[in-house]
Amino acid sequence: MSLLDVRDLSVVFQRRGERPFTAVDEVSFSVEPGQTVGLVGESGCGKSVTSLAIMGLLPQRGNKVTGEVNFDGADLLKLRPDDLRDRRGRDIGMIFQDPLSSLNPVIPIGTQVAEVLERHRGMDHKAALKEARELLDAVGIPDPTRRLKEYPHQISGGMRQRALIAIALACKPRLLIADEPTTALDVTIQAQILTLLKELVDETGTALIMITHDLGVVAGLCDTVNVLYGGKIVERAERHELFARPRHPYTHGLLNSVPRLDSPRGERLHAIRGSVADNIPWAEGCAFAPRCDNVVDACLDGTPPLEPTANGGDLRCNNPVSEEVAVP
Amino acid sequence: MLRVIVRRLLQLVVTLIGLSALVFIWLRNLPGGPIEALLGERATPERRALLTKALGYDQPILVQYAKFMQRLVTGDFGNSIRSGDPVTEVIGRAFPATVELAAAAMIIAIGLGVPLGYLAARHRGRLLDNLSIGGTLLGISIPIFFLGYLLKDVFTQNMHLFPPSGRISTGLDNTDITGFFVLDGLLTREFDATGDALWHLILPAITLATIPLAVIVRITRASVLDVLNEDYVRTAEAKGLRHKTIRGRHILRNGLLPVVTTIGLQTGALLSGAVLTERVYNWGGLGTLIYDSISGGRDYPVLQALILLAALVFVLVNLLVDLSYAFIDPRVRVR
Repeated sequence: MSLLDVRDLSVVFQRRGERPFTAVDEVSFSVEPGQTVGLVGESGCGKSVTSLAIMGLLPQRGNKVTGEVNFDGADLLKLRPDDLRDRRGRDIGMIFQDPLSSLNPVIPIGTQVAEVLERHRGMDHKAALKEARELLDAVGIPDPTRRLKEYPHQISGGMRQRALIAIALACKPRLLIADEPTTALDVTIQAQILTLLKELVDETGTALIMITHDLGVVAGLCDTVNVLYGGKIVERAERHELFARPRHPYTHGLLNSVPRLDSPRGERLHAIRGSVADNIPWAEGCAFAPRCDNVVDACLDGTPPLEPTANGGDLRCNNPVSEEVAVP
Repeated sequence: MLRVIVRRLLQLVVTLIGLSALVFIWLRNLPGGPIEALLGERATPERRALLTKALGYDQPILVQYAKFMQRLVTGDFGNSIRSGDPVTEVIGRAFPATVELAAAAMIIAIGLGVPLGYLAARHRGRLLDNLSIGGTLLGISIPIFFLGYLLKDVFTQNMHLFPPSGRISTGLDNTDITGFFVLDGLLTREFDATGDALWHLILPAITLATIPLAVIVRITRASVLDVLNEDYVRTAEAKGLRHKTIRGRHILRNGLLPVVTTIGLQTGALLSGAVLTERVYNWGGLGTLIYDSISGGRDYPVLQALILLAALVFVLVNLLVDLSYAFIDPRVRVR
């Protein structure tokens, strides 16, 4: 049985006086124990909202969440708030994008790590601080004893993200959700954090949902990749399959637009034309159609279904990129 | 930290010297004055000249100021023109009354304002929030003297729940040690005196508390709304922490920073409210003293001292606020 099974998850934002906006549109995917799953897409495709909906962290008002999020035999969307609160931080940990704003500026790092241990493992403050020291050490923060008493503004960006990882993994959760954990960091630190995540996930057997717009992150980490566009999954494939033979024109375009060191000098970078603002509603056809090079008449005639491919993945496209056209 | 305090205290001295000069000159240029007040309008010019000379008001203003400052260094503010008593004594009698009133008002304003503001923010857009917005608007808009007389009319004249005026019932044999009647009662174990003093204190304190209360509710609400959108509150939720922990440790600790500043400013501004409140309830504190010293013939020595005292209190309270800021927020801590 899957550890996490998301079924037809939809999130509709509805503000008074505004047209409802479907941020996540019937997304389904599952995560096996110990597996690393990527959710990939550009800004506004619904990947972060998906993760917040799974955690029950969306604002209480102004949105409607439907579908199922089955975790360990229970539908998280139907749990009582207090029961969900018991699971958050214990069974599911989460790491956020901006480590500075995600840590409380007026509380020492040690307390911020310790409080999750006190909450879920019933430790007293002293024992929790001792454990927090071990955790900071485990995520590679130098001189952890001193860091316990320091505040977020006193340590570097990379160390802050390491501290957040320590917090998320403190209770040895079975699932870790990382929402663009490296976006706010510079490139050398990004690599360190990814290596650390990979090590910790391998060591502890924690399943990981990696949310990112960065295909480089996916390439180094994920077993399975879900590509989101306009709130829907448009392609799902094993990592090697996806990079070797992207079938959806959007995925193909994304991979094509990654700059390469070995491309001829003076060659222009490839880009997907248009922007998300050009999207058409899924009800009228494929949201990507206005930006797509492969568009056919059927693309403007209702939502294309998500169908299994011969290679074990899923694809939502009427005119996919041929399997022979490999990415250069 | 110590260096900051010393620097701020030095700034305070400079501020007070400048202010004393301004006040001194300004007061003496107001129309009317102690001579008219003491002798009446029909006094002969000879008598006026005599009194002017006796009080030293015939000398150039700079000379007068120099003499004032000279005495000030020894702690002598001169004598009240109206009563003849030393100014320090006159103010010393009235000071505890006002401090007691102001403290009670701030306890009400903070004790009700912070929880109300927090709840309004958490229930944004719902009934409680709308009620608090409407209520605070009313609280800020309603003139203090009007509210004072209204409360007095309803609760004393009609319902006889509270005494109409004064700080303590006449005929109650209370021991006066500090001048703070509530405190004195506790110190001497005369609990009936404490009870009686509190009973007198309630209406005036509520009257004086309305404006700071309204401001604190508004600021707390706005500040908590800001903090609720912060990423670290989301992190705290993602940790599965209990409501209580998230509220106290993550929301209020950050959300109260602007509130602390407001509390400082409001405490300083309380004296102006005290003038009106004390008038309505015949309280006999600094507010009453200011009123009497102006209307009862420009009691220059008393007024000068009162204005300097108000400035001193204002600056000290805000120094305290700044220091507490450094205590709450490690980012502003001085090395």
